Amino acid sequence: MASPVYIADSGSAVLTVALDGLSVLFHAPSGMTHIVATPAPEILDALQTGPADAPELIRRLRERYDFEGDEAEGALHARLDELEAAGLVRRA
Amino acid sequence: MRHRLDIRIGPVAFRIGSAWKAPLDALARLYASYPAPEDGLADFTVRLEPERPWRRFIRPSVAIRGDYTLADAAPLSLAHGLLAAEMGMNLQMALGQKRYLLLHAATVERDGRALIMTGESGAGKSTLAALLGERGWRLMGDEFALLDMASGDLLPFPRAVSLKNGAIEVMQAEVPAERFGPRLDGTPKGAIRHMRPNAEAIDRMGEGATPALILFPRFGETQAVRGVGAAEVFMRLTQASTNYVALGRDGFDALNRLIAANPALAIDYPDTETAVALVEDFWRARAA
Repeated sequence: MASPVYIADSGSAVLTVALDGLSVLFHAPSGMTHIVATPAPEILDALQTGPADAPELIRRLRERYDFEGDEAEGALHARLDELEAAGLVRRA
Repeated sequence: MRHRLDIRIGPVAFRIGSAWKAPLDALARLYASYPAPEDGLADFTVRLEPERPWRRFIRPSVAIRGDYTLADAAPLSLAHGLLAAEMGMNLQMALGQKRYLLLHAATVERDGRALIMTGESGAGKSTLAALLGERGWRLMGDEFALLDMASGDLLPFPRAVSLKNGAIEVMQAEVPAERFGPRLDGTPKGAIRHMRPNAEAIDRMGEGATPALILFPRFGETQAVRGVGAAEVFMRLTQASTNYVALGRDGFDALNRLIAANPALAIDYPDTETAVALVEDFWRARAA
């Protein structure tokens, strides 16, 4: 089964303000505000260069952040599921 | 409506209509020194009317209506007509206010700077604000803080303070009897007595203030103080706002500016005198 490809709204549609370790996001298309912890803002940021599946997202995130090997993909899928449920990412 | 009262509270003009005379007479006494709307137009209308027309005469009960209605704004007995009018005014503000970010919070001012106190119902913010209002602060409001989204200032909304249960005695010890409405026993929140803010609060109801400090007071606990992080403040204030979602991007920006510019503290206190002393300490520290 092919890995699903994810899309995020452009940066102009989502306002992000960092508040002591957490981030508040205003998602203009829905008018909803979300309070999210790392790595959700980093994942949304990594999707700004274009749609990506999980392996591609990990590659993009590794360019900017250090993280330990095998657990990353499982954690990324869990975060992507949460972001999808919140309406902040969708499948292509 | 047979009976009518028009008043202005801060920047907001109300028209209250009623099928009965008694609740409006009580309201007119409570708001005796308040101005009329400047242009004669009301921002919000509150109507007190019989649940069914024939109930005006037998077992009268008041239904609150207006521009906005809530399914659970339950009818009250006519004896609680004043409470119904007050609830109606709060309801119209909470549901209909579009010009200001509305926070369910009490605010007091000193030297042009405002202290915001917010917390769950029963946390004591109303009593604390009322007491500070008699002790060298200007009471801006005990129920709603109006944040002007363009300037970032707070505007006063000094409606009658709604004192509940133990708070009634606390304020009766401080304030002359003529400023109190009738004592209403057996309401859904226990005993309630409304108190008119003092002359300074009413005379300066057009004068805003720059926010300086956010407090989350909680009455009835052992004295404790802790700093509250910005993300928690954001979450608590969105929960305390009645119109945050409706305001969209403007509300998001205004709230973030408020949080970035103001420290926030949670205080637990065993009695109101302790809270007054804590507030004075924080205020001195903030000014230093």
